[in-house]
Amino acid sequence: MAAESKIDPMHQFTIDAIGGGALDGTPFVFTNSALWMLIVLGTIVLFMAGGLKRELVPGRWQVAVESLVEFISGIAVTSIGEEGRKYIPWIFTVFVFILFANYWSMVPLTVVGLHPFTVTSQFTITGVMAVISFSIVLIVGFWKHGFHFFSLFVPHGTPKPMLPLIVAIEMVSFMVKPFSLALRLFVAMIAGHILLEVFGSFVASGVASGTPMGYAVTVVSIVFMAFVNAIELLICGIQAYVFALLTALYINDSEHLH
Amino acid sequence: MDLEAAKVIGAGLAAIGVGVASAGVGFVFGSFLQGALRNPGAADGQQGRLFIGFAAAELLGLIAFAVAMIILYAV
Repeated sequence: MAAESKIDPMHQFTIDAIGGGALDGTPFVFTNSALWMLIVLGTIVLFMAGGLKRELVPGRWQVAVESLVEFISGIAVTSIGEEGRKYIPWIFTVFVFILFANYWSMVPLTVVGLHPFTVTSQFTITGVMAVISFSIVLIVGFWKHGFHFFSLFVPHGTPKPMLPLIVAIEMVSFMVKPFSLALRLFVAMIAGHILLEVFGSFVASGVASGTPMGYAVTVVSIVFMAFVNAIELLICGIQAYVFALLTALYINDSEHLH
Repeated sequence: MDLEAAKVIGAGLAAIGVGVASAGVGFVFGSFLQGALRNPGAADGQQGRLFIGFAAAELLGLIAFAVAMIILYAV
């Protein structure tokens, strides 16, 4: 069963060193993940630099950047309130990095022989971002409320007999937040790219078989891939939005308690 | 039954969870549309909650997918 199938959908997520082994005198290796993170960063810098001209009559680029910033500040202010403005830098960073990384991974550069690497498909990357978000939640919570922060685990109006159970449940649901934040993004990206890879290989092996049945499979797969690509583009945006929104909501919890 | 066959069956069973989560996601958006069509004026203000519900429902399906992948490739 496994012997005749040549599809290896997990191969696209492997991290390889680029240009030999470790850099001079360090244990660090320049990988394709690092390369694509730099590409994402470069795109973001280019995009933002085009919108920082402070024109009196904004051009299209200026409007694009400004509406992105306003969108994020809208998320922060509606879910945290006016004091949410000081968290806009982090929420904006998270949103823009995830958005650009997701969309770079959808660019079909394989056609010209490059292999785009999905930066957000690694648990280390999404995990670090989730941990930073969660650290902000903890630091803000303890800074503002001290040990009163633990009242987060006791919702208003809980009956006394229910207290141990409710506190335990609230505690677990609080501790699980960084994991769910990181897991959602990385699994969504992995799942989408595996789906694309599998149907892409159906196209290739359908053509390679050269039989009428093979061509039928190819046509169906191409039509299906168009739909999957559309869904993936939607998911890329939604995942970035959800990550930013949930970060804002968690910060709201620690800013205002319940 | 050897381990290889059991793995494939287990991964297939885990994939049921993905289908169930799709029902959940559909329910979230369907309920939102039901409410939104009754009171379109209030709909735009609730989009954040729509996506929170979507994220919660979707997460469980993604966990099912992760379990299937772990069974297939990591066990």
